Formats: sequence, structure tokens, C-alpha cells
Amino acid sequence: MKTDTPTAMLDAQDNASSNAGMWRLLIALGLLAFLIGLPLLSKNFFVFQLTLAMVYAIAILGLNLLTGFNGQFSLGHGAFYAIGAYTAAILMDQGGISYIWTIPAAGMICFVAGFLFGLPALRLEGTYLALATFALAVAMPQILKFSPLEHWTGGVQGIVILKPDAPFGLPISQDQWLYYFTLVTLILMFAFAYNLVGSRTGRAMKAIRDNPTAAKAMGINLSLFKSLTFGVSALYVGVAGALSAIVVQFVAPDSFTFALSVILFVGLVVGGVGWIPGAFFGALFILFVPHFAEGISKGLAGAVYGIMLILLIFIMPSGAAGLLKLLLDRFAIVRRLIEGLSGRKR
Amino acid sequence: MTSLTLQSRAQSAPSRAAAPLLAVDNVGLRFGGIVALDGISFEQHEGQILGLIGPNGAGKTTLFNCLSRLYTPDRGDIRFTGKTILSQPAHKIAGIGISRTFQNLALFQHMNVFDNIRVGFHSTTKSNYLSDALNLGGVRRQDEEIEYVAWTLIDYLGLRADSKRIVTDLPVGTRKRVELARALAANPRLLLLDEPAGGLNHHEVEHLGELIQQIRADRNVTVLLVEHHMSLVMSISDKVVALDFGRKIAEGTPAEVQNDPDVIRAYLGTDRK
Repeated sequence: MKTDTPTAMLDAQDNASSNAGMWRLLIALGLLAFLIGLPLLSKNFFVFQLTLAMVYAIAILGLNLLTGFNGQFSLGHGAFYAIGAYTAAILMDQGGISYIWTIPAAGMICFVAGFLFGLPALRLEGTYLALATFALAVAMPQILKFSPLEHWTGGVQGIVILKPDAPFGLPISQDQWLYYFTLVTLILMFAFAYNLVGSRTGRAMKAIRDNPTAAKAMGINLSLFKSLTFGVSALYVGVAGALSAIVVQFVAPDSFTFALSVILFVGLVVGGVGWIPGAFFGALFILFVPHFAEGISKGLAGAVYGIMLILLIFIMPSGAAGLLKLLLDRFAIVRRLIEGLSGRKR
Repeated sequence: MTSLTLQSRAQSAPSRAAAPLLAVDNVGLRFGGIVALDGISFEQHEGQILGLIGPNGAGKTTLFNCLSRLYTPDRGDIRFTGKTILSQPAHKIAGIGISRTFQNLALFQHMNVFDNIRVGFHSTTKSNYLSDALNLGGVRRQDEEIEYVAWTLIDYLGLRADSKRIVTDLPVGTRKRVELARALAANPRLLLLDEPAGGLNHHEVEHLGELIQQIRADRNVTVLLVEHHMSLVMSISDKVVALDFGRKIAEGTPAEVQNDPDVIRAYLGTDRK
């Protein structure tokens, strides 16, 4: 008896999961077609906003790898966003390097910076790590304004860069081209993250999050994995920063204050900690909700934003991830009910 | 594979002249003014089940934590296959063949049973961030192997029905088996079990004793267990070591230790004699 029933159950599960896999593929393809078609039917400013949303999504995903999957908190990822943005701007402005190559360069520099920052900082636990990263975020705008570096950073003025044209004579606007360029980067970064989280490395990251002592007993080198995860997380945020510099055509120290780090953190929590697609919801939230709040009341935009945030936390305490799960569960119950009523067998 | 190793163990078992698998040599450790371990020494040979007993606070778990290198003794040495383990960091211990379970369950609570067990393969497999992010061919093959062996362990411990459930949703007895499967995933030579019977009901404890003996037989694993449950220890151990206040007070076969006056005194109090 013990051998028969579990296998049968598992087969049913397998069937269900392969069905779900096909649905997921269909949804992904539909979404992709939608994302490709969208800029062709929209105004340039909206295309620009969507591009920024994708940039934020990459940054939030990077933060999620650190917080959601490795259990470390950072209030300083705005600093890595700044490093990525300035790397791209300086390389384009002074080095005359094509914008395409600034993306991997910014990623690598931020990876090294994150890893080096992570090595000593990761001896700190939880809230203390958050404080150390907070210090980094606070220091960053001043470092960018620092006069000995002015030759490269442009000091308070920042750096203005030119928007790249679409290549191969494609008949699309610059904004549309940047949208597609960002979309491809986004898909690659999400695919890498998805692979990573489901892999041996991803399991080690999650094991450290859930129980460091047991993780150590399983042979996981905690300090190595924690600092590498910090580096990879910084890499994601650095890539996002570089993209933002190219898309916005401008970098200046005051775009990268501590507020940016907090905004990314808000996006993470709203989207759902530890759920990869959550980054999209978080990005849309941090981009559009402030505008929406301003539309309701210009004078009290901050207060409206705050109230909306609080309401959201009440409605979906575990972010968009929790809400979606709840809806899917409801849907499954309803479907089962319908199937039961119509007497259909699966 | 298992039957092959079983035979080789059976042949080597009678020759007790062979070097011990584990040698604990005069290990001492104090926390501030408290002497947690005071010169503990014993040996364990390959294939033995050794029971470590003693009242609460005797130093059993402290010794366990020294063996898995979570603590470092102040003095003495711990040798595994003749080599000291004190020069190794804690995360290298699984790789040299020592796995453990924890007294109060230390599972990865947001992960399902299958993933918990797959983490157990960490020390015997290789990959890095780059190969995993790109999902290269070698990594994929390795992951398939991990999955295959993980499923055999899941079946071995009867966890198939719960394999995709989050571990916190499971009863203690099941979680204990998940921990056991996770420890076995590293393919250990020495398995450290810290109070495996804790929180189990009478029936489950009986089954546990059979399971531990079965694991030794099937997988050629040497077992060192800390346990309060006296009848379990006495029924399955080849050798018992009794601790009290950080010192070894008795060592020998279950029958010898059970009748040792110091052991009786430690458990029943000093008035009795």
C-alpha cells in the first residue's frame, strides 16, 4: 500500500505540473508579444517610463537576490546604482565607448565593489548590516561631488550623455530602441536569476537565509556565499544604474541619494520578498504610484503616497506575490468546484 | 553499490586492531568559568553504533558541536580516519565524511522537503555562480544526478508523499526523517545523531531504532548518537559512553554501562547506593 498510492499521487502531480508548465509558457509568450508590441502603439514619453520601470525591475531583482533569497538586508543599494550609472556615463563621455559595452563594465565594477564591501560587512548581522549599507548610501552623493574626482564625475553638474540611435537603420525612435535594448537586458538578467535561484548555488543561498548553522553543517561556506551574493546583487543593481544613465541621458549626484535605496527597498517589499516576478510589480509601483499620488493632491503627494503604501500593506501583507498566490488558490478552489459539479474526471 | 560496501564492512569489522574511525583524545572545553568538557577520550571503530549518554548538562551536545567544528576545544584532539579535524573549518566537515542532525531540528524552514534534502548534496558536488546562472551542461547533468539520488533517499525514508511540502507544515517525526535524509545525502562515513528520538512517540522510537540499524547495514555508515531515550540506546548500541559534568564516567557494552555504579549514581542521585 505504501508503495502504490504515493507514486500514483505523484504521477497526478506530474501531469498537473506539466500542464501548468504549458500554461506558463503560453502566458510568457503572450506577455512577450505584448511587451514587444507596446512601444509601437504608445507615445514616446510612456515608452520612456516603461523603460525606466524595466530598469527598476532589474535593480529590485538584484536586491531580491540578496534579501529574499539570502536573507541579508541592504539600505545602500542606491550606491551601487550610482556606481553603475557613473561607470556608464564616464565610459561613454570620456572613453567614447559604445553604450552597449558600458553595461557589462558597470556590472563587473559593481560586482567587485559589492564583493569587497561585502567581505568585511557580512560579519555584521541583520540590522547592523543594514546600518553599514546605509552609511554607504549616505556617503555616495558626497563622494560623487568630491572635487579631486570632478574631472571624471563632473562634480555637482554631473554628466550629460547622448541618446543612442537605433542600429541597422531600424525605423524606430530612440526611445523605442532603448525600450527594446532594456527589454533584452531584462530578459537575460531574469533568466540568469531564475537559473541561479533553482540551482545548487541558489539552494545554498536559501539555506543560509533559513538556517546558517545547518547550512554550515551541510558544507556551505557562509562568508564566501554571502559576499558573492552581495557582489551579484550589486552587479544587478549596477547594470540597472548603467541602463538608467543611458535612458535618462544624464547622471548627477543628487539623483542617487539615500532616498533611492529606500525606494528600491519599497519596490522589493511591494513586489514580494523572495519571488522573482515580484520585481515587475515593485518597479511599476515605485514608478507610477508617486505620479498618481501627485495627481490626487499636489500639496500632499507624499502623504497620499504614504497612505497608499499603508493600504497596500494591509491588502497584501506579503506583497504582490502573496496576493497572486491567494487569487490562484481561490481560482483553483472555484475550478475544482466547477469540475466537481459537472462531474468531470481529471 | 550498497551491498558491495556492506560486504567490505562486514569483513573488516572483526579486525579490531584496525585504526579507529573516530578518536576523541583528551578533549576539554570551558565556557567562562564553567567546565563543559573535561578531558574526554574514547574511540569509535568503523561500523559501530556508539551511544553517548548522560544527564542534562553532561556535555553531550557540546561534544557534538566540537565534532562538527561549531565549537573548538581548548585542549585535546579529535581525529577522523587518523587525521585531526581541528584544523578544518566547520563547512569542510561534511566534505570529509561527517554529517549530523540537530537536537531541536535545524531544517531550512521556507524550503520544501525535496529542496532541504538537495542542500545535503552541497559538499559532494561542485558549481559556481556563473555556471549556475548560465545553467551550463555540466551543472544540469549534476543536478539531474542530485535529483535522482535525492528521490532514492526520499523513498528510502518514506517521504515521497510529503516531498513537495514546506517542512514547517510537517509533524516532528517526519521532519526528523527529512533531517536524516539530508544528512545521508552527503554520503557520510560517520553520522552524528543528536537526540533523534526527541519529540517522537513510543511507536516512532521503536521504528527509529530499526531505521538506524538499517541505515548502518545498507549504507555502511558508522553512527554516533546522543540520546536520552535509554532503552533505544541500550538496544541498538555496540558501545556506550556515559558522561557526567563534562567527564567520562563509564565506557563499555550497554550491559556494562547500565550496571556501572557511577552511571546509576549519576542518573539516580548520590544518596542511592
